[in-house]
Formats: sequence, C-alpha cells, structure tokens
Amino acid sequence: MTRALRNIAPGWWILLALLVLFPFVATEFFVLQIGAYAMILGIIALSLMWLAGYGGMVSLAQVAIAGLGAYMLPILGTNTQDVMGLGWPWWLTVLAALVVSTTFAAFIGIVAARTEGIYTLMITLAFSVVVFYFARQNYDLFNGFLGYAGVEPPTLFGIYWRDPTPFYYLVLALAVSLFAFVTYASRSTFGLSLQAVRDNPRRLRALGYDVTAHRVFAFAVSGFIAGIGGILLVWFNGRLAPSSISIDITIDILVIAVVGGLRLPIGPFIGALAFVLLDNFAIDLINRERFNTVIGIAFLLIVYFSPDGLLGLGEKLSSRLRQANRRTKEPAKLAEPAE
Amino acid sequence: MLRASRSPVAVLWAILAAILVYLVVAVWPDWLIDALGRKKTFVNTLLNGLTLAGLYFLVASGFTLVFGLMRNVNLAHGSMYLLGAYIGYEAAAATGNWFFGAAVAFVAMALVGALLQVLVFRRMQGDDLRQTLITIGISIVAADLMLAVWTGTTYQFEPPEWLFGAVELPIVSVIRSSGDAVMIKYPVYRLTVLGIAIAVGIALWLFLNRTRVGMMIRAGVNDREMLAASGFNVQLIFALVFALGAGLAGFAGVIGGTALSIAPGEDVRYLLASLIVVIVGGMGSISGAAVGALLIGMAEQFGLAYFPTYGAVLTFVIMIIVLAVRPEGLMGGRI
Repeated sequence: MTRALRNIAPGWWILLALLVLFPFVATEFFVLQIGAYAMILGIIALSLMWLAGYGGMVSLAQVAIAGLGAYMLPILGTNTQDVMGLGWPWWLTVLAALVVSTTFAAFIGIVAARTEGIYTLMITLAFSVVVFYFARQNYDLFNGFLGYAGVEPPTLFGIYWRDPTPFYYLVLALAVSLFAFVTYASRSTFGLSLQAVRDNPRRLRALGYDVTAHRVFAFAVSGFIAGIGGILLVWFNGRLAPSSISIDITIDILVIAVVGGLRLPIGPFIGALAFVLLDNFAIDLINRERFNTVIGIAFLLIVYFSPDGLLGLGEKLSSRLRQANRRTKEPAKLAEPAE
Repeated sequence: MLRASRSPVAVLWAILAAILVYLVVAVWPDWLIDALGRKKTFVNTLLNGLTLAGLYFLVASGFTLVFGLMRNVNLAHGSMYLLGAYIGYEAAAATGNWFFGAAVAFVAMALVGALLQVLVFRRMQGDDLRQTLITIGISIVAADLMLAVWTGTTYQFEPPEWLFGAVELPIVSVIRSSGDAVMIKYPVYRLTVLGIAIAVGIALWLFLNRTRVGMMIRAGVNDREMLAASGFNVQLIFALVFALGAGLAGFAGVIGGTALSIAPGEDVRYLLASLIVVIVGGMGSISGAAVGALLIGMAEQFGLAYFPTYGAVLTFVIMIIVLAVRPEGLMGGRI
C-alpha cells in the first residue's frame, strides 16, 4: 500500500492539494456550481470511460442507470410531492439506489454483452430512451412528467451536507476515491483481462476466459460508479424529473467523456470541467440559446481531428514541444522511445 | 425435418390469425366486452397500430438499409425526419400543394444524405464508432438549429381535401337495440398512410430484388469488400443508398407531420422507433423492418389504450425477448 502510494507521481498530490484548498480561495458559486457540479458529471462520465476505454463498450445507458438509482431516493426516502416517499432512512435509500443502479447495469450488460461494437451502442441507447419514456408516462412510481422535488442529503455529524463547502468535500472525496478505484481496477487482474477482451474477444474466448461474464461484471461496476454520480446529482439539484434522464443529458455525458478523452480516468473530469465552464460562461461569448450548437460543433471538431479528446490533444502538444526542445538543446542525442 | 419442426409454429400463427379475424369481424358477445372493453376501442387501436407501423416502417427502412450496407449507425436519422418535415411544410405552405411538399422533402433530404456520405462518412470508413459519434454531433447541432429557425411551435400539414374526413369501414361495432348496425369509422388519411407504406415497401422489395442496382446493394450488404473487388463502384452505391435512406426519412416526415404533428423532440421519437424496429427486426433487413415496425407500432398503441402508464414496458419487454432469443433480430441476415 505504501509502495503504491509512493508510486504516485508528485503532480497528482499537487492537484489533490489544490482541489482541497480550492474552497478557501474560491467563491461559493465556483465551489458549488463549477467545482462540485463538474466532479459529479465527471463521475457519471467516468463510468462511461471505464466501460468504453477498458471494456470497448460505448454505453449510452449510463444516465438512465444513474437516474433509475437516483429515483430510489425520493421514492423510498422523502420528497415534497406527496407521491410515494416511503420515508426510509437515508443510508437505506442510498444502499437501495446503489443496488438498483448496479443490478440494472448488470442486466443491460447481460443483454448487450451478446452483441459487439456498434450494436452495444444502439441497444444501450434504445434502453436509455425507453427508461426516459417510461419515467415520463408513469405517475404511480415516477410521478410522471413532474418528477420529484425536495430530495435532500442527510444532516450528519452536525453538518448539513447540502451546504456548499461540505457538499464540495463530499463530492471531492467520492470523486477521488472512484478515480483511484478505476485506476486500480484497470491494473488489477480483472482490469487487464477486460482490456484483453476489448482488444481481441475471440482469442480470449479461445484461451478459456468467459468473455460475457467479464463484460457483464464491467457493466455492473460501471453501474455502481454511475449510481454514486446519480445520487450526488439528485442531492445537488434537489429535484429529479424525466428531463434529468432525457437523451440530451445522455448525449451531454457522452460529449463530456469523448471530449475529455476515453483512454484515461482523468479524461472525463477534464471534459466535465470544460463542459461546465462552457455552460456557465458561454453566455458571455455567444447567445445562450445556441449553447447546444457550440457544444455540438466542439464535439464534432474533437471527434474529427482528435479521437483521443482533449487528453490526446494535450499529449500530442507536449510530445511536440518535447521533440522541439530536444532538437534545439541536444541535437546529437537520438529520440528516446516513447514511454 | 425443417418442415416438421416448423409446423407447430405455423399452426400457432394460424390460430392467432383466426382469433384476430374473429375479433375484427364478429359482433362481440357480452363476455368479450367484459374482458376487453368496447369493440370500437379495440379496432381503432388495431388500425392506429397498423398506421403507426406504416409510418415507422417508412422511417426505419432507410435506417436499416444504410446500416446494413455501410455499417453506419446514422443517429442523425431522426433529425432527417424532422428536417424533411419542416422543409416539406415550408414548400407545401408556399405552393399550397401537399404533394409538392412531400416531393421537396424527399429530394432535399436525399441531397443532404448523399452529401453527408460523400463529404463526411466516406473519409472515415471502417471506423464505426467515429462515424456514429459524428452522426450524434450532427444531430445535436441540427436539433438546435432547427429550434432556432422553426422555434418550438407545433406545425401541422393540411392534407389534400379528398384525404380529409373519415370513412365508414365494413366492420360492425355494435348492434343497437333497435337492430341498426353501427359501423366503425376511421380517418381516410391514416388509411392512406398505411397504403403508402405498403406501396413503398413493395417498391423497395422490387428495387432490391428485381433490379441490377438492387442486386449490387444486396451483394454489398453480404460482403462489401467482395463487391468492391468485383469492380463495382462501391462509393456510388453507398451514396445512392444513403440518399435513398435519408430521402425516405424526409418523406416520412411529411407523412408523419400530416398524420400527427411536427415539433422539436419528434426527432428523438423517430430515432428511437428506428432503433428498436431495426434491433427487433434485424439490421439491414427490409422485411425485418416491416415485422419490427408492426410489432412496435402495435405494442405502442395497445400499450397506450389498455395500460397507459406502463406502455413503454411493453416495448422494453419485446426488445429484451427478441435480443435474448435472437440477438441478430427476427429477420437478421435476410434482406
């Protein structure tokens, strides 16, 4: 464990320290609307990155998975709509939400794992839209079009966790843990075999691996991550309606993950930060109403020119710079092999 | 052997068909009304399901052709439906001629489709995921720009006058105590939609099975490398199929915009319909699209009429059963 900690590059510790100190210097708006919100979107996009980057399965059901879990909070816990609201204690509703997210994701995995590549994307998209239509038309359970309001995190240890600073630290702690978890999982035996399944499922099957089981488990893990993101999002918004799990949000999460970069777990967080900043400040640059056009065009440009997202763009730039430096400083030395 | 194993299924189908014919033709006895409600609701739901299936088939047949031939999941297909509807509306409103609107919608979307294939998708052939992501990007921008131009208002076409009104069908709804038979009435336009869908389906089938270009397309769906290696201009065929698929979506936009209405968000609805129809029916298969459209259209309408708040679950269940039993779709592997 200590060796593992020592192996972490100093850059990460500096980033962590900056994130911890952030609330001391930033205004409430930046702490909550930018910092916490970006990390929440980052967590949901991280669940997509885990599936797409390591499992090779681009799932468009992550928002539906997160949303279905999050619906457990007002349904089983409390809300202000006079519909459902069984009044369970917070820890039980959170547990139930995570179980629902994980199970639903595993279920989608079972159905989708029989197919490959682009089929997975189509099937998960169809699932996600069906969940949206179901939540919108069903008034018994989901309170239909209106959805739920008044969903709040608990007051614990004398702290009201929806206050900006405590909420920020709650989100930060979970984001960092999940980031570390995904990084660790990607290097675990399971993570390595999952990546092998991504690269060549036929060979792995021939070697005796259960390809389907790997995919289903990967889906379950992604459901757990998305579930945490969903709970945080509903606490952040205080309300949950079908529009929170519509196809627009699904595509936002896809845009975040792809723009950030699908190869490394930090990608989704970079993408989320860029998205939230653009969302909040594009109003000064362009007409607020055409935000989707800007996002769409940015997405198109990234997909067209840099399939690895901003992350790939950054790496390309830094390797160019390094090469340029090397050429000017040490012209005699041969280029080192890329790491 | 094959025949023997299929015969129980055939018998089952025959029984189901007989029950359906009975339900439509017979005057319902009281116990049936107690079980299923009024006959009028049932027959209307059935006809609504059929016409909706026709509309879904028009949209999904292009989607499935493009996918089958180019492995391109065009998630902007719904946007083409909506854009076709808007353009057709403008053209029809300007000239006062509904048919002109439908023709303009077809041609305009066919052009857009061909341009997209030649300018964008051709450059990233073989990279399925990137192509699909590009289509998502296009659909985001298209939806937003359409909202900017045509705002959030709901539009509706005015069909030619002779398509207005309802027609009395030769189906008895109930027999009044006085002995008069009450017949079931149904809008003419909706029946026309069904007719158009069937005509387009037959035309597509003839085109694919009886013409030289159709033969090339079928060969391409099976093995496009082999088709290219045999010296055919695959790129031309690709552009043609994309134009046909997009044009059908635009044409369907006018049809659907007349039967229902045009509004933002309809693009997602028809994209979802195409996705499910194609997943259920089998990708790249026109007959699959017909079967899938029939299943989904019926499921949607019967869900709406008989269990309104759980209707979406029905679609869900159909999709899961098909994927569990035949992951390649009901007609997968057949044109």
